[in-house]
Amino acid sequence: MTNLTTLTLTEAAAGIATKKFSSVEITQAHLDAIEQHNPALNAYITVAAEQALSAAAEADKTSSEGRLLHGLPLGIKDLFCTKDIRTTAASKILENYVPQYESTVTQNLLNHGAIFLGKLNLDEFAMGSANITSAYGVVKSPLKATGDTELCRVPGGSSGGSAAALAANLCLAATGTDTGGSIRQPAAFCGIVGIKPTYGRCSRWGIVAFASSLDQAGPMTKTVADAALMLEAMAGFDAKDSTSARHAVPNFRAAVGQSVKGLKIGIPKEYRPDGLSPEIAATWDKGIQQLKDAGAEIVNISLPHTQYALACYYIIAPAEASSNLARYDGVRYGVRVDNGGTLDDMYCATRAQGFGAEVQRRILIGTYVLSAGYYDAYYLRAQKVRALIARDFAEAFQKVDAILTPTAPSDAFKLGEKQDDPITMYLNDVFTVPASLAGVPAMSVPAGLSAQGLPLGLQVIGRMFDEETVLKVGAVLEGKI
Amino acid sequence: MSIDTTTVKKIARLARLDIEEARAEAMSAELSTIMGFVEQLQAVDVTGVEPLLSVSQATLPRRADVVTDGNYVDAILKNAPDKKQGFFVVPKVVG
Repeated sequence: MTNLTTLTLTEAAAGIATKKFSSVEITQAHLDAIEQHNPALNAYITVAAEQALSAAAEADKTSSEGRLLHGLPLGIKDLFCTKDIRTTAASKILENYVPQYESTVTQNLLNHGAIFLGKLNLDEFAMGSANITSAYGVVKSPLKATGDTELCRVPGGSSGGSAAALAANLCLAATGTDTGGSIRQPAAFCGIVGIKPTYGRCSRWGIVAFASSLDQAGPMTKTVADAALMLEAMAGFDAKDSTSARHAVPNFRAAVGQSVKGLKIGIPKEYRPDGLSPEIAATWDKGIQQLKDAGAEIVNISLPHTQYALACYYIIAPAEASSNLARYDGVRYGVRVDNGGTLDDMYCATRAQGFGAEVQRRILIGTYVLSAGYYDAYYLRAQKVRALIARDFAEAFQKVDAILTPTAPSDAFKLGEKQDDPITMYLNDVFTVPASLAGVPAMSVPAGLSAQGLPLGLQVIGRMFDEETVLKVGAVLEGKI
Repeated sequence: MSIDTTTVKKIARLARLDIEEARAEAMSAELSTIMGFVEQLQAVDVTGVEPLLSVSQATLPRRADVVTDGNYVDAILKNAPDKKQGFFVVPKVVG
């Protein structure tokens, strides 16, 4: 029998439908791989072996008819509430939290027959770009650069566990969430595919909130075809999320493999700053050539407010986070630290001991920019700049059908690097944050290797609710450069 | 824009986060770096620009004001650090 863990999601779906192997067999193969490799990678915080095997046995008794992911074992980012499976958000404050309900996205996946192997590591509350802020330990990328004698590369973040698990074949596909690049940047670092759908495409209900106007769930997969398949299963209107879009879910799978002939692809000059790494620029140029060869028309465009996106993000995201994280007070769930003082003392002690350093930093920034006297100067101004950034994209999409850029400014760096000050780490998201602020869909596709042999990703950005064009363009770039 | 330790302690208080003196000093430097970085937004001309609160264009949906959910006290209390007779228990608030 072929090694069941190296199959793509699409191949595995066909294998189960034609009874080449059972769900129990492919689930067990992944659990074995997790047992063998997870100790070195720390990609999973919780492995739900028993639940997974019993769900797989159930799946083997039922027909796959009408279910896109029947019997297929997936990894779930530990930010999605999963009924009766501990959900930590990689924070100490939720170390004992066992949700009594299922998030809409994971329920959609279950309805399509998916099997959950366990909960994947991430940066605490999804705040980070290297998966080093988790209270459950750093995640290591399974990939080595030329000259690395041991595993020492970050997988990116915040969905670092999802990306590392996929790259190591510890799941067929994984869920991620993306607030400023948390799906796309780790996908680029680990050489996989990750799409942040349009804001509102996937329900946020039951996902631990970071910055509600930006958070969006999406699939992380081995191929573009897999991303289309999984997105179709995850997406859809949900009355329980007031920002969920009333858009029908298209047949995303049909977009993959379609011609890009005649499509106009925008190349924004602001994504090619003077200091851009030559190998990133070269990978981008190869991608441009590839699309040209496939019949697309390349159009030079400008997104003039790009340079302000990161600063804008680092006001808006912490502001929303400080508000969202106010709920962790030691009263209704999670850890409580009671030092015998007043209720207020209990709040302050619980939060100081429950939250890690990066989370506290962002809560404080958010509290500051929302506080009396600073609100207009920072928060309101950032929202106006956000409007300008969104307008840049709207205007560009009158001229082009999709936009191509690099995903990240470098390949995967070493653990311990870029930690001198917070800004150095934040700069990882310089190319991904603008699309988040505008709400448009964006996907990272593996597009080549750096000189030291690590993956590099290209980002395809599309119009609101036009993931189909994004998938179509991504599929042309995939594996061809 | 520099944020001194007095301001750090004030916002930590607003955010209900205990902060030790040494940590407040380190945080003052870190927050000042971040606020220095975001200062560049002051250079953008935002005259006449409406703030963008959400990219979702739909107006917020409405529904009939009826009970559609509920009646699971046990599930809600399941993760409570302290509970009694169907209620969450907190440290004494009134003397």
